[in-house]
Amino acid sequence: MKPGATVVIVGAGQGGFQVATSLRERGHAGPVILVGDEPGLPYQRPPLSKSFLLHPETQIELRPHSFYERRHIALRHTRVASIDRSTRRVHLTDGNTLAYDHLVLATGARNRIPPIEGITLDGIVQLRTQDDAERLRTRLPTASHLAIIGAGFIGMEVAAAAAKTGITTTVIEALHRPMARAVSIATSTHVADLHRAQGTTLYLGRTVVRLDGDHTGAVTGVRLHDGSRVPADLVVVGVGVAPAVELAADAGIDVGDGIRVNAFLSTSDPRISAIGDCAEFPNAHTGTRTRLESIQNAVDQARCLAARLTGTPAAYTAVPWFWTEQFSTKLQIAGLGQGHDESTVLGDPATGSFSVLLFKDGLLAGVESVNAPADHIAARRLLAFGKPLCREETAADGFSLPQWAGRHRRSQDPTAAAHDQDDARGAFTRR
Amino acid sequence: MTKIIYRQPDGTRVTINAAPGDSVMSAALAADVDGIVGECGGNMMCATCHVYVEDPGAGQLPAMTDDEDQMLACTDAPRTTASRLSCQLPAGDTIDTMVVTVPGSRT
Repeated sequence: MKPGATVVIVGAGQGGFQVATSLRERGHAGPVILVGDEPGLPYQRPPLSKSFLLHPETQIELRPHSFYERRHIALRHTRVASIDRSTRRVHLTDGNTLAYDHLVLATGARNRIPPIEGITLDGIVQLRTQDDAERLRTRLPTASHLAIIGAGFIGMEVAAAAAKTGITTTVIEALHRPMARAVSIATSTHVADLHRAQGTTLYLGRTVVRLDGDHTGAVTGVRLHDGSRVPADLVVVGVGVAPAVELAADAGIDVGDGIRVNAFLSTSDPRISAIGDCAEFPNAHTGTRTRLESIQNAVDQARCLAARLTGTPAAYTAVPWFWTEQFSTKLQIAGLGQGHDESTVLGDPATGSFSVLLFKDGLLAGVESVNAPADHIAARRLLAFGKPLCREETAADGFSLPQWAGRHRRSQDPTAAAHDQDDARGAFTRR
Repeated sequence: MTKIIYRQPDGTRVTINAAPGDSVMSAALAADVDGIVGECGGNMMCATCHVYVEDPGAGQLPAMTDDEDQMLACTDAPRTTASRLSCQLPAGDTIDTMVVTVPGSRT
């Protein structure tokens, strides 16, 4: 890309923000235009399902206004209507047009809204934007029965926040355990128990067939497939997301489960890249094409892309990691353990601090750490380092992930000794 | 109010008056101080708000928790005895002035 090239970024979430920021940090001098369809400054979403629901003073803006001014990052509060690839322009819904030399699609995802009868009743909310979170926060103090449809990360985080307000909370999930798509049975069970201990009811393995309302159009309950009914005057729907691919698809760019990109995050049009929740990329760790919904993925892909656009191309290989916080329990996940065939639990779940090591074909693929940050850090490090760890080794008495990671880094990496002078350097992700 | 002085690797300084409730990290983000990223929003998940505290033994700062200690093992810049996560350092009435050095900037 030429030094003076214009970069237009569609989507002002965490990924879009980071591309703009990293381009400037790397000295890109041309115009950088960040287009977002929400009002206000770019903000972080993770607190929306946690502290933001309880504490209105929670600050979520990523950076103040002066940050963008100082760096000449132009913020446009509008929506992109279409991409004209032949003239390299995007048409905005406010009637304007922006020319680009490179276009970054960081469009994120949209919440899935299940087509259930009654889904449009008053008192049914979803959670994605600051607006959504404010709506939920406003309603929480006056509601008496909260039903959460979907026991994914968002649903469980909202349940944890709601438990602190004393509202009667029920979580309804079609699968048989919470966060089933993301974590192992051991971790799922532990988290489910935490919620039950706080008084939350979990209806697992049950599907919603209908939402009941009264004559004013307000929701009154959730009807399940087995005929039972959960009373509710506030319902949160958190049943997953769909990547926002329409702009790309309409422009004739390859789309699969997300906007398809190569290892360098380029779409089928070399002038257009895609990052974050909306991008389906070749995953260096699983050997498959994946799409990940996480801060880490958005931010690290943004950095990887900014590096390429400023003349330092590299394939995207960062180790995925995720976190959730529910009550005072921190769950940190490194790698991708879905589809594991074996596991080892390190530590005793009864103490509230343990890690679950997940293996595929005998080799470590992911680690879930519950209140065990040292294990998490070690896992990120050794998954990045690529030294295979097999299950037999972890079954030995007194096996410690941090010790193993430290030992093997030293023996494999001749520069590790220098890094280890104060055991400080994070060799696990490019920052 | 706590006066927080951020020293950059190039010798420049930024001084901020932080209110109780702010952390050294949140005050830095709000004032656009280079080098403090705070990727996880102050949840001790990312170690991107690492700073070196001047006079860490002065006793004004909250003790380091195990979690912070463990997360400091994955900072970009080397860890020293002065290393802290700035999201864990609250401004408050009991601390008059704090001086922290920001590690080299990231890309």
